[in-house]
Formats: sequence, C-alpha cells, structure tokens
Amino acid sequence: MTTLFTILFDGVAYGMLLFVLACGLAVTLGLMNFVNLAHGAFAMTGGYVCAVLVNQSGWPFFAALPLAFVVSAAIGVALERSLYRHLYTRSHLDQVLFSVGLVFMSVAAVDYIMGSSRIFIRLPAALEGQIDFFGVGIGRYRLMIIVICGLLTLALQLVLARTRFGSRLRAAVDDPRAASGLGINVPQVFAFTFAFGCGLAGLGGALSAEILGLDPYFPLKFMIYFLIVVTVGGSSSITGPFMASLLLGIGDVAGKYYVPKMGPFVIYTIMIVILIWRPNGLFGRTAAR
Amino acid sequence: MSFRTGLLSLAATGIALAVAAGAAPASAQESVKIGLILPMTGGQASTGKQIDNAVKLYMQQKGDTVAGRKIEIILKDDGAVPDNTKRIAQELIVNEKVNFIAGFGVTPAALAAAPLATQGKIPQIVMAAGTSIITERSPYIVRTSFTLAQSSTIIGDWAARNGIKKVATLTSDYAPGNDALNFFKQNFTAGGGEIVEEVKVPLANPDFAPFLQRMKDAKPDAVFVFVPAGQGGNFMKQYAERGLDKSGIRVIGPGDVMDDDLLNNMGDAALGTVTAHHYSAAHPSAMNKEFVAAYKKAYGNRPGFMAVSGYDGIHMIYEALKKTGGKTDGDALVAAMKGMKWESPRGPISIDPETRDIVQNIYIRKVEKVDGELYNVEFATFEAVKDSGKTKK
Repeated sequence: MTTLFTILFDGVAYGMLLFVLACGLAVTLGLMNFVNLAHGAFAMTGGYVCAVLVNQSGWPFFAALPLAFVVSAAIGVALERSLYRHLYTRSHLDQVLFSVGLVFMSVAAVDYIMGSSRIFIRLPAALEGQIDFFGVGIGRYRLMIIVICGLLTLALQLVLARTRFGSRLRAAVDDPRAASGLGINVPQVFAFTFAFGCGLAGLGGALSAEILGLDPYFPLKFMIYFLIVVTVGGSSSITGPFMASLLLGIGDVAGKYYVPKMGPFVIYTIMIVILIWRPNGLFGRTAAR
Repeated sequence: MSFRTGLLSLAATGIALAVAAGAAPASAQESVKIGLILPMTGGQASTGKQIDNAVKLYMQQKGDTVAGRKIEIILKDDGAVPDNTKRIAQELIVNEKVNFIAGFGVTPAALAAAPLATQGKIPQIVMAAGTSIITERSPYIVRTSFTLAQSSTIIGDWAARNGIKKVATLTSDYAPGNDALNFFKQNFTAGGGEIVEEVKVPLANPDFAPFLQRMKDAKPDAVFVFVPAGQGGNFMKQYAERGLDKSGIRVIGPGDVMDDDLLNNMGDAALGTVTAHHYSAAHPSAMNKEFVAAYKKAYGNRPGFMAVSGYDGIHMIYEALKKTGGKTDGDALVAAMKGMKWESPRGPISIDPETRDIVQNIYIRKVEKVDGELYNVEFATFEAVKDSGKTKK
C-alpha cells in the first residue's frame, strides 16, 4: 500500500515537471497559434544557466532558479522581437521548419560551448534523500518540485482568469483585430506572453536536470513529451495541459513500475486513447480556428 | 537491387584497382595515411574527442615518423551513423588511398566498414566499439578497446565469489545492454547466484524512479547496472535519493557506467560502486601516471577508457609498421599485429593471434575519493582475460 503512494507521489512530481516544461508551449501553440518546436531549447538554456551559476560561480541553487527563468525569458523576448514575430502569419509548415532549425542551432551551439557530456547541478544537501512519511518514501527534491510547480500553476491560473493582463491576452487571442481596435497593444501582449512561456521552460529545464538529465540534445529528446502534453491536454486553457501532465506523469511512472515490460508504451497508449475519445484533447475547444 | 549490386561491385573493383595502383609506387618517402573515423559530433562525441586527443598525444610524444615513413592522420566525423561511416571509409580508401582505417565509436559503425576493409585489404583498427562479433566480420579487423563480455563475465564471477547471493538487474534495452545482462547472468548463476528481478529500461528513458522502486522492493544484495554512459550519473543520483544506498543494496556493473570522463560529476552517490573494467585513470603503474599527467596537461581533463584505447591503437600501428619495415601491405601488417604484446597505461595487453581481439587484465574497482576527486580504485585483478563471447563457441 505504501508503495502505491510512493509511486503516486513520484508520478505527480514527474507530471508537474512536465507541466512546467510544456505549459509555455501550450501558451504559444494554443493561445497564439504558433507552432514553436524550439520550446525545449529555452528549457535547455535555463538548465545550463542554472548549472553554470551553481557549479562554476558558486551561487546557491535557489538563487540560480529565478535567474534561469529571467535569462530564458530575455532570450525569448529577443528572439520573439527579431525572428518569431515575422512568422506569426505564415503557414504552420514554415513555423515548424523555422523552429526546428532553431533547435538544431541551439544543440550545436551548446555542444560547442559546454561540451556534449551530460551535466549535473550541484544540489544543496537539504534537497537530497527521502523523508519517511508514515512509511511512504517522499523524495525531498520531488517534493520541492511539487511545491514550486503547484504554486506556479495556481498563480498562472489566477493571472489568466482574474487580472487585467489575463483578459487582454484572452481578448488578443480570440480576435486580434477587435482587440487592437479596443486599444490593446496586441504585439506587446504576445511578446510578453511568449517571454513568460520561455521563462517557465527555463525554470523547468533547471528543475529537470536532476531527474531527466541535461545535455545538448535535450530539446530534441523531450520535444515529443511536450507535444504529447499539449495535444492530450488541449490548448484552450492551462487546466488542460495541467491535467494531461498529471495523467501522463502518473500513468508513465505507474506503468513502468507495475508492467515494466510495457513501460515505454504506456504514455503513448494513454495519448492515443484520449485522442480517439476527444480529438481536440481533454479540454480542447471544439471549433478550430 | 541489381543496380545496387552493380554499383557495389563497381565500387569494389574501384577499391581493388586503387589499392593495386597505390601499393606499387609506395616508396619509402611517401607518408603512411591513417583514416581516423570517429564520432566528433552527436551523442557519442566524447568518445571521438578522447580518441582523437590520445592519438595526437601519442604522436607528439613519439614523433610522427616510423620506419622512415611519415605518419599522416586524416580525421573524419561520422557522427556515429553507420551510413556515414561506410561512405567515409570508402572515400578514404579510394580517394585518399589510406593504409589504415581506425576509430569506430559504435558497433554498427565498425560493422559497416568491415566489408570495405576486407575488399581493400586494409587493416581496420577498432578503438572503441565493444560487441564480440566485430572482429569476426573481417580478417583485417584488429581491436584495441575491449569487449562487453570481458567486463560483464568477470563482475559476474566476482559477485558470486564475494558473498552476493541475490541480484536485481537494471539494463538499458539495446544490444550492448542485453549483451552485458546475458554475460553477467550466465557467469553469476553458474557461480550459484540468483537473479531476483530483471528490468530492461527503454533507451530513451527520462526518469529511473519507477524502476528503482522495483529494485528496492525486490530487496537484493546488489543491483547490476548497465546504462549508456551519460545516464549513469542520473541513475546514481536517483539511487541515492531513494535511499537504496542506505538499505545496503550495492551497485555493481561493467565499468562503462563509471567512465572516468563522467565519474567526477556524479557526486558522492557513486561512492562504493563496484565495477569490472580494463582501465581506470587511477591504475597504479608508473606508465599510467605518466600518461594521465601528460593527457591532463594537454587537454585539461583526465583520460577515460576510450582515450587509452586510442593511445594503444596508434601504438599498435606504429609497432606493426616497425615490424614490416615501413611496408604497408595489409596482410603483412595484420600478421605483424597478431600476437603483439605490450605494456599499456591500462597494464599488460596483447592481441589474440586467433581472433585479433584484445587480451587484457580486467580489474575490479571501487569508487573512492582520492584527493577530493572520485576515482575507480582497483583492488582485484583477473589476468589476461580473453573475449568469452568468442571462446565459448
């Protein structure tokens, strides 16, 4: 019985991590209707920024995390202003080609600067090991992931649903022409949203180094996971990707534990079943734009 | 299909012609060309870089002239993609008229070049790839790296003799992982051990958590691990996170997992891991100390087992050329390499005259902290181990 809870806990932590990594993609793909396959490159940037700060400059881990967010977001906004915005109106194929090109460039650049071997972020001792909670093994690092990601999700949901910026963003997405007619600076809103999504990816990259591993091929290896989260979750809100991440995280961990021979297929089986049942994802909007 | 075969035989004649033409006017003044085909980009790039570094280091130390002939290295990147390897090997043999092809980061790459070595009668020096069958694919292949069977059978023997009764295995689900698992299982169960849990992990595996939980629940004496080098660190960290180290479960495995190249970044979680392998940067011989110091000075980090294979590979080429008096006839060179014995930074090694595969000591090592850095410290030796993948046949 206690094992069941440990598995559940590990699954939730894994799912939360997937969510933070992928929710930026849900925003660009779902809200801005832009296929950004280079999303993982921003996650990798965050991971490497954090690793360099902690391992080489001796920063504390918790101070380096926000900086991973800031640097990724800054790079995101710079690229959005210089490159991405020219492709908003282009076809999805153009967007895919462009962003895949970015991925390969980022892989080569990181390989050149940092080397191709896998790197780790030195963690404070307080985050290592497990806590025994009524017989259930709770990993400290995973617990921290759940706390950080849980708070982030709450904050995101509040911002999108309750604040003025949130309603501007939703308006800009629903009908950019009408929104700009009402005096909303649509490009600015998009740039800000894009940067925020990149920042979240950067934070996710820094958090995931310990669990998923960090090397220059990160954006290629995990692209498929981000896309699964977004397609399964649907892209109309962030609730969808959130539920999808949890479902996939728990399904993946439980599947690998109980039926290790089938382990790698579980996540794809879940995806196929859900997409047959709801082709637009769990919380997809019915009318595609 | 017939078009393809036609092309192939055309290429083959091309090679044969090129070799015949190349061999005749090869005067003593002409340089000996070595085509070094390595993965310099992509996931296997660290293998390529180490071997390239070691070859350069050797040539700096020993000079670039052997038996009156200058040695010229032509380095090509195949990115560990077998199709590239084959194309590059063909270009090197036909256009550049190389006298050796060497390197080969992964097994499929070595196999892809094997038919070309046979057709062109060019010695193929395998400096990295570790599957048993490789040397059987061409009479011109000589290996200076290792085979997976060597380390996996030895750790199986060692575990069975040293009080480890129950083992759970965790191996990546690809050819080398399955090789390692089977060789280990065979020797460990023959020695009276029992496998209580067997898990094959998908190669692209982001998170070890569920598999490690299975290991923990199986309560074995030790976990046998083989994962691709890069994943070893993640495995060790999660192993410690889950408290497996404190529950008295030891980690054993072939030494690839504890590659010197990565070991120091794994953190203290790796301490106490027992592996069997042919090389450790901490090998206590005078020759190795010198080698490690020179390598560190030149490249800023310590050499791993790939570097030492490259170092020995180029050494073997030098010695073979000395024996043939600078002649580059493929058959004579391979004959010169057969049975060759020398002292390597890893210890005494030789080339099996029957199989052209390496015969070397396999050391049992434990990860310990030396001067603040993690090293594989050797504490037991199995001498002159042949590749059991072949000897069993």
